Amino acid sequence: MAPPSDFKPIIVGFLCNWCCYGGADLAGVSRFQYPPYLRVIRLMCSGRVDLEFIFRAFAKKADGVFIGGCHLGDCHYNPEGNYDALGNSYVAKRILENIGVNPDRLRLEWVSAGEGIRFAEVMTEFGAKIKALGPFGSSEGREVAELQDGLQAATELVPYFKLVERERFRVPKRTEAGYQEFFSRPDYEPLFKELIVDKLSMGRIMGALRAGLASPEAIAQKLRFDPAEVARHLQLLSQQGMVRLNSGQVELAMAA
Amino acid sequence: MEFGLLQQQMDTQRVLRSADDNMGDIMVVGGGISGIQAALDLSSAGYKVYLVEKSPTIGGKMSQLDKTFPTNDCSMCIESPKFIETDRQPNIELMTYCDIDSVEGEPGNFTVTVLKKPRYVIEDSCTGCTVCVEYCPVKVPDPFNQDLSLNKAIHIYFSQAVPLVTYIDDSCLFLQDKTCNICQTVCEKNAIDFGQQAEKVKIKVGAVILTAGYETFDPLPRNDYGYGLFKNVVTSMDFERLLCSTGPHEGQILRPSDKKHPHKIAWIHCVGSRQVTPGGNSYCSAVCCSYTQKQVILAKDHLPDMTAKIFHNDIRSYGKDFERFYQRAQKLPDVHFIRSYVSVGSEDPVTGDVSIRYTTPDGVVEEFFELVVLSVGLAPPKDAPRLSKVFGIELNHHGFCKVDPFNPLQTSRPGIYTSGAFQGPMDIPEAVMGASGAGAQASFMLKSRRGQLSEERVYPEEKDTSEEEPKIGVFVCRCGANIGRVVDVPGIAEYAAGLPNVVHVEESLFACATNTAKAISDTIRDKGLNRVVVAACTPRTHEPLFRDTLREAGVNQYFFDMANIREHCTWVHSKEQEAATQKAKDIIRMSVARTGKLEPLDEFLLPVDKTALVVGGGVAGMTSAHTLAEQGFETYLVERASDLGGMANKLHYTLEGMDIQSFVKELKKKVYRHPRIHAITDASVTDVDGYVGNFTTTVKSKGRVRTIKHGAAIIATGASEYKPTEYMYGQNDKVMTLVEMEGKLAKQDQQLLAAESVVMIQCVGCRNDDRNYCARVCCSGAMKNALKMKALKPEVDIYVLFRDIRTYGFREDYYLEASRKDVKFIRYEPQEPPQLEALAEGGKSFVRVTALDPILGKKLALDADAIILAAAVIPSAGSGELARMFKVPLGPDGFFQEAHAKLRPVDFAAEGVFLCGTAQYPKHLSETITQAYGAAGRALTLLSRDTVVASGAVCAVAARDCVTCGACISVCTYGAIDFVDTPRGKKAQVNAVLCKGDGLCVSKCPTSAISLSHYTDTEVFNQIDAALELI
Repeated sequence: MAPPSDFKPIIVGFLCNWCCYGGADLAGVSRFQYPPYLRVIRLMCSGRVDLEFIFRAFAKKADGVFIGGCHLGDCHYNPEGNYDALGNSYVAKRILENIGVNPDRLRLEWVSAGEGIRFAEVMTEFGAKIKALGPFGSSEGREVAELQDGLQAATELVPYFKLVERERFRVPKRTEAGYQEFFSRPDYEPLFKELIVDKLSMGRIMGALRAGLASPEAIAQKLRFDPAEVARHLQLLSQQGMVRLNSGQVELAMAA
Repeated sequence: MEFGLLQQQMDTQRVLRSADDNMGDIMVVGGGISGIQAALDLSSAGYKVYLVEKSPTIGGKMSQLDKTFPTNDCSMCIESPKFIETDRQPNIELMTYCDIDSVEGEPGNFTVTVLKKPRYVIEDSCTGCTVCVEYCPVKVPDPFNQDLSLNKAIHIYFSQAVPLVTYIDDSCLFLQDKTCNICQTVCEKNAIDFGQQAEKVKIKVGAVILTAGYETFDPLPRNDYGYGLFKNVVTSMDFERLLCSTGPHEGQILRPSDKKHPHKIAWIHCVGSRQVTPGGNSYCSAVCCSYTQKQVILAKDHLPDMTAKIFHNDIRSYGKDFERFYQRAQKLPDVHFIRSYVSVGSEDPVTGDVSIRYTTPDGVVEEFFELVVLSVGLAPPKDAPRLSKVFGIELNHHGFCKVDPFNPLQTSRPGIYTSGAFQGPMDIPEAVMGASGAGAQASFMLKSRRGQLSEERVYPEEKDTSEEEPKIGVFVCRCGANIGRVVDVPGIAEYAAGLPNVVHVEESLFACATNTAKAISDTIRDKGLNRVVVAACTPRTHEPLFRDTLREAGVNQYFFDMANIREHCTWVHSKEQEAATQKAKDIIRMSVARTGKLEPLDEFLLPVDKTALVVGGGVAGMTSAHTLAEQGFETYLVERASDLGGMANKLHYTLEGMDIQSFVKELKKKVYRHPRIHAITDASVTDVDGYVGNFTTTVKSKGRVRTIKHGAAIIATGASEYKPTEYMYGQNDKVMTLVEMEGKLAKQDQQLLAAESVVMIQCVGCRNDDRNYCARVCCSGAMKNALKMKALKPEVDIYVLFRDIRTYGFREDYYLEASRKDVKFIRYEPQEPPQLEALAEGGKSFVRVTALDPILGKKLALDADAIILAAAVIPSAGSGELARMFKVPLGPDGFFQEAHAKLRPVDFAAEGVFLCGTAQYPKHLSETITQAYGAAGRALTLLSRDTVVASGAVCAVAARDCVTCGACISVCTYGAIDFVDTPRGKKAQVNAVLCKGDGLCVSKCPTSAISLSHYTDTEVFNQIDAALELI
């Protein structure tokens, strides 16, 4: 369904002070026009953009999230936080996809302080993209509340992700190709599934239980999971003492 | 006690005693942008400066401009923060409405007699409330608005004036025949004093910088193009005011005759410039081509259906990004650039339209325009002859200040320096870099006095608001029409008043004006505000100003946020006023939500390593290194080649005929022998670490690696000559570049001198798709070599094939001379470049050049014995790598990108790193020298301090929440985080001095134990939530 023509998306933009914010300023100074969708949050470095910022913005029904940093190799800071922004965006997109949010609603771009025209072009293009996708949830074909549940589970997963990131998801080469290679490696997918996706699924099952669902079938239906997957996760949760399985019914353990 | 020491102490005492007795270190005469910059640099380097200005306010010509090319920054917006800085700087003694009467003495000890003209207003009493202006019955043309609007006999020069006080001009009825004194009656401060007399004040200073600026050429005496006869013929400065939101019609372009919008406008170039007729100036005014393009772009923005014709001679887009700016103007719909001389015909008695006759391929046409703008040139200040007498300095034959090409900042009288357009026509960045350079030279001879007369600024004590609820004040700026014309400012202000914690909302025309900034301070105090949001422009330029305003009010400066509703809203959504208004409200709501959570922070003082590193040992690098070393700072000079000198080693003479080789030889000697300069040749920088005041750079030279600790760095890595792939270069020995020709001429190469016919081809390898810029130096280079060749062999035929001759400024003299010496100039179009063919006839080989002459419309064949290619100047190899190491940017053409095109031409956005020479953009030797002094001057403002202030926005760990995972430590390559032993075991701890505030560690911490002040999770969450509140 085509989105209504009077739809005015809101895109939350996290711009680094040194490059992309400067590019946005230069677009202004040069009077390059672009659609009025972006709401800018200025940070010193794109590496400061926490996964939680992204999930929070979507949970509050942002139609899009934009992250703008310095070109790779040009970060103002020694630790080159823009590589971390790149890594985070790979991970965030993967999680968004998993919980049913169209990952195209998140965009990361490198814009230097001298690229006013590029900033305007990126905004025009991303603005058109989001406008075509329609309001948050519409292109996904999901209820916003359902997506918000997923985002809630994703947010709860962030501390855990940060813990395993250093051990298991450290990108060995700080180059664009290095990141691309790492996130498309054959062993990345199973690892990500094992460490992140399964955790996320379990978090979402817990959320469904808290919301009052009690049968594995109902949970599978609500979360659009394969019933076998739900059973597997429930088994694990039961072993961890988080849930009690009781003649086809599930209930939360007291501790949970 | 040794006599020397005693003498020094006595000197010190004498200096101190007379501190309040009109004693200073340096006097800057002229309060335009160049004078302001010189005063600011010197005062922050520890010198006491007198800044003397003849008009009632500082600001100069720049304050009259609407925008500045090629970025179209609002001129007043970028200049006025400097007014406030000047006003607040305790080491600048500002004397406006003053002339210089005499200058006596010698370098180190001048006595300047300043003539204070009567303002008839007591400066210290006037509050700038302008009640007197309302009551004054006398209306007079307003000089600030080019007499296009009326002001009163008593008025403030312009609304951002410093000092912000009124003055009374000659039209006052009391001054004429004592018939009115209403201003005296209404002034509650009794600030009007008709008894004031001109007063002479004697001031002792060690050096003088003369920044007297320029006048715009006045077309009235000759009625150029009907100016003064026809109402709708205006000058470009008039048009500048018409464009401006503080101008006569609030930014509406209304023509003088009927105050209607003109829809058809003509610009005429070179009015008063490049003219050898009496009353004109023979030189090129250097700025008019680009400012005309700026006016066309802006006018088109104001009047989208405007048709414009720009009648021009050569288009001189010789500066950084000027070529693209020209293309931008050219591409506008209904805008036509026409290369033609013109004459003005008549004025239509009914419509007031003015006719212009110009040539087209089909003959002469006459066409009516609703408005005609004369792009007037730059002339010397009217009182230049008097200045010359008073200061004892010589003028050049054009009436500007005479300077030495090898030190363009030195006047003919020792101890008196100059910068800015008094040296000759120039653009703002040259005036700014010259100011920093003149400051460096003037302070050199006074280095032993540094810090003796200066004082620190004192702020009121900061009040503790930790127990208070947030009380936020929101100040919404109209920025003239920049914001006010697009969005509904009253509606926005009303909306802001309803936001949580907001207790006060105010609109202002210009939040950055001196009086507004002061009024904000007062309001903060009066209303007991503890947090402030200014909804205006970008924090990248104006945050320091408003933070300072909070400090003035005794509020911690981190209780401030800027809502950027201009660059990010009104300027980019100017056609969608409703959506822009909504967005502006959202931006302010986000800012208020953030501000409610802000915390007070303290800044850190970091020590400054008083050593400098200069990368690049050409003339630029050597000049800056020598200037710094002479001021007492250890300086490392790193050069890639095995000898210093750079490009200048290949150059032999300047356009003016100066001997470059002996200059460079002398400079190299001074540098090599200087005890404080450590020249490292065959060297390359392999690593740069650290930050302003504390860099550590690794330099590799001849197998040896050394680490240099330094507080400041100057990048002066120069540029190279392009090796052409076109025009048979490298295939035919008759083809050579301009620089190669210069080398041959210098040694009187017999083969070259045997040439009977020489063809020079301009713009080789630039002004094309590969290099979309003008290499700036080649036109003058062609004149230089053509004249040299003619001098050695008068009978030689020289043809210059060009696109536009860009001998800007006084270089035009040499273009004229070359034409007089019968050098032939033939224009070619880029789509029809000259064709070369190597031929041999009658035992003689030559190259036949075929070119289409666009004037004659036919092909010309020239048989040449030498072909000279004006090869582009290209960025030096390795620029990209060096830029990455120093964390500074390159521009689109590969040259280093300065912090701001106009006002920070030798700074980088990264503090502590400076830039000069052709590494920034191609430039002439004298310009390189000026910029090198400028970069040294800017570095001096840093190196002369013991400490630099570091931001309070750094990270901290809540030990309670730290799980000792080390995630933060592993990402912080600054080494700012370490584990320390605590009663609860090992915990991470941040060394605030080393923290740079990027906040990467925060997004890695699994327990949110580490936080970045000023960008905390709570602050960002509040912004996110506020952004999406209405969905």
